[in-house]
Amino acid sequence: MKQKHLSFLIPYLLWIILFVIAPLVLILGYSLTDAAGHFTLHNFVLFFSGGTFIKMMLNSFWYALLITFFCLLISYPAAMVLTKLKNQQFWLMLVILPTWINLLLKAYAFIGIFARNGMVNQFLHLFGIGPVPILFTDFAFIFVATYIEIPFMIMPVYNALKEIDPALIRASSDLGASFWQTFRYVIWPLSWPGVESGIQAIFIPSLSLFMLTRLIGGNRVITLGTAVEEYFLTTMNWNMGATIGVILIFLMTIVMILTSGKRHKKEIDL
Amino acid sequence: MKKMFISIAAILLACLALFWGAQELDSSSSGSESSSKDLIIYNWGDYIDPKLITKFEKKTGYHVIYETFDSNEAMYTKLKQGGTNYDLAVPSDYMITKLRKDKLLDKIDTKKLSNFKYIGQEFLHKSFDENNEYSVPYFWGTLGIVYNDKYVKPGEISTWNDLWRKKYRGQILLVDSARDIMGLALVSMGHSMNTTNSSYLKAAKDKLDKLGPNVKAIVADELKMYMAQNEAWIGVTYSGEAATMMDENSHIHYVVPEQGSNLWFDNIVIPKTCKNKRGAYQFINFMLEPKNAAQNAEYIGYATPNLAAQKLLPKDIRNDQQFYPDMKTLKNLEVYRDLAKEKVQEYNDLFLEFKMYARN
Amino acid sequence: MRKNSLLGRIYFGLVLVILYLPIFYLVYFSFSSGKSMDHFQHFTWAHYQTLFADHRLLAIFLETLMLALLSSLIATVIGTLGAIAINEMRKPAKQRLYLSLNNILIVSPDVIIGASFLILFTALGFTLGFASVLLSHIAFSVPIVVLMVLPKLKEMDNSLIDAARDLGASGWQVFSKVLIPALTPGIMSGMFMALTYSLDDFAVTFFVTGNGFTTLSVEIYSRARQGIDLEINALSTIIFLFVMLLVGIYYFISKRQGKKAKGVGGLIK
Repeated sequence: MKQKHLSFLIPYLLWIILFVIAPLVLILGYSLTDAAGHFTLHNFVLFFSGGTFIKMMLNSFWYALLITFFCLLISYPAAMVLTKLKNQQFWLMLVILPTWINLLLKAYAFIGIFARNGMVNQFLHLFGIGPVPILFTDFAFIFVATYIEIPFMIMPVYNALKEIDPALIRASSDLGASFWQTFRYVIWPLSWPGVESGIQAIFIPSLSLFMLTRLIGGNRVITLGTAVEEYFLTTMNWNMGATIGVILIFLMTIVMILTSGKRHKKEIDL
Repeated sequence: MKKMFISIAAILLACLALFWGAQELDSSSSGSESSSKDLIIYNWGDYIDPKLITKFEKKTGYHVIYETFDSNEAMYTKLKQGGTNYDLAVPSDYMITKLRKDKLLDKIDTKKLSNFKYIGQEFLHKSFDENNEYSVPYFWGTLGIVYNDKYVKPGEISTWNDLWRKKYRGQILLVDSARDIMGLALVSMGHSMNTTNSSYLKAAKDKLDKLGPNVKAIVADELKMYMAQNEAWIGVTYSGEAATMMDENSHIHYVVPEQGSNLWFDNIVIPKTCKNKRGAYQFINFMLEPKNAAQNAEYIGYATPNLAAQKLLPKDIRNDQQFYPDMKTLKNLEVYRDLAKEKVQEYNDLFLEFKMYARN
Repeated sequence: MRKNSLLGRIYFGLVLVILYLPIFYLVYFSFSSGKSMDHFQHFTWAHYQTLFADHRLLAIFLETLMLALLSSLIATVIGTLGAIAINEMRKPAKQRLYLSLNNILIVSPDVIIGASFLILFTALGFTLGFASVLLSHIAFSVPIVVLMVLPKLKEMDNSLIDAARDLGASGWQVFSKVLIPALTPGIMSGMFMALTYSLDDFAVTFFVTGNGFTTLSVEIYSRARQGIDLEINALSTIIFLFVMLLVGIYYFISKRQGKKAKGVGGLIK
């Protein structure tokens, strides 16, 4: 068995070395050098000294937090309902399928829906409410971003909820717990691993959204992703782009350590 | 486990079928044997009439592979990093300077191009290629203002400064490009769009900040869709984009501010990676043929530098001052120069700051 | 409880409606004679005709599909083996190290992944094209497969493997008869996610493609310069209907199998 274990690890290890460690070293290298290739800490100094980047970072975190929160708010009950349905795999598939249609196309569809003469405004017009600007507002941006991420939250939460032994829930209600008590003390803690991976799957990409910030947000929302895109694709200052990337990855690692640390504590409590 | 192997085999089989299907479609679209020589063209998305590609393939027997990019910088990254063998590319003016500096271009011997004579003199000897050794003009245009006459009276806007009027609050769309937007502020203050003077740049950014309340959004290609759908009153964009909007919405008009603006060129170049020189020359010459150039111009809607082709275009297009401005306006227009890396960064950093704080 | 579940169903239905709203919007306008998704003009099949005449776009679509299938298959194999290997590690610290490395690609912004892969490929002297795109898609799909398979391994009863071994099963038999069947749901959802990631990706592909190979999303993005063509709506409609058909078939098969399984279960009881 020992030998088998090794042979299993080989392709995976190869993948880690080639596509995780090597790019990571490359990016770190870029962030620590200037355009001429000399070692410098200037990029990091620039990031933390100028107010622009700090503000951008706070902005990104705020929006990512909002998106993740709304996503969880909508997805959790949906996932709970899903566990009660017949043919769950089918319904789960229906939830995931919209992600197969190109993001840009969906964004364009939302532009049509939210436009001045769009679907929503025509609907509002029936009630005599004149055209309301919806595009390029925070609402539109958060709505569409949440929309994009919902399937990626429903899936892990559903998986976690399904793993809960129904006997536990029955036991809880047999012992006289209300639905809310059962939820608070049994369902929620047990589904936490799913929520956690959902948060990781959403919060992180939300920090670096760039296409939607322009299409739906009209560049009124600037996130770190916008900056990374700009540094890599427009000004071609890969050193600064890599610096922002390194900081993002570092922050994410911290977020991940924090969330998994919490679970360890819970286990001790039990 | 058996099931697992069957499904793996099924997926592999499906891949094979898909590969075969793609090959079939590819060769049927080119109408030539796939064994003939390839010509790889790297161009903007939807920036050529596909019928012309088919025509070229039929005529010469080459198999054209058409790959697309969506920004000069993206194209530059690909050419610079290597690993590709494009035979032709279509960068804009300032990018040609950059590519030349990095020695990524091959010379083009225009004597070998029998149709090169059709290009108008006013489109040659530009700063990015003084001796016309590296590039052949493909399309050209200007930066200007589009407005919707449902909301803005014709003639109301004629200079960049008009954009700052209080009554346009929240009604202006800007194109998401640092050089263009910083440039319009610079011109409005009487400076060059190519200035490297940091205090001018700072002043231009401060002036832009005052434009903030008027700005509805800063977008890219979608701008023409928003304008066509009456989403905003005014937009700052390129002439070619304006032409597309006007096709869809007759209320849209285009002005090039008289103080001056940007004049841009997209040009065909031969990158160092070229493997099929003969085919590349043949293709350039084919596209320069007046009939083909006119057909392409009508398809794309941009202005052609090919004088013989201009004559073949319908009268209302060729006489349209909005797209073929007279010499007087042309004189005030500036072509972007490739600035030093730090300056490009300065333009972009200031623009990014403007975007960050434009929300209020 | 009954009323509760009805309310839940309505809620779930509402979520589905919102999820499909933009897609139906795209489908609706694929039949409009206009040029944009603004006002529906007249009903027409014209965009479908243009689509079927556009062999380049169709070829790109088939290639994209092939890429997605192939990359998700290979990523699933690598990821599953990797997950098993991680699960067998004794030291928790070592496990955590591997998991952190595993998650790095998930937490990195796409643009950075794409740029760093591009540097990597050119540093290795690799020609850009189908192979580089395939490798990249495999690369960013592996970690999600690991994350999908690992929980299934964790919840698996180890005594099952011990029992199999005690009964004299060889390593291969344990692997193929016990381990893989128990992991199948995880492997399936891992592959499904890998497929989704591959179809969805724009930024990474954009950086590492070259020499004429393009995927559907890159093509759509570069075409956006002239405004999204309703021809693309037509293509999306066809993809959507095709996928729906597959899901429908799956639904009926699983329904029938479900009935069968129930029947058998009843008998045993």
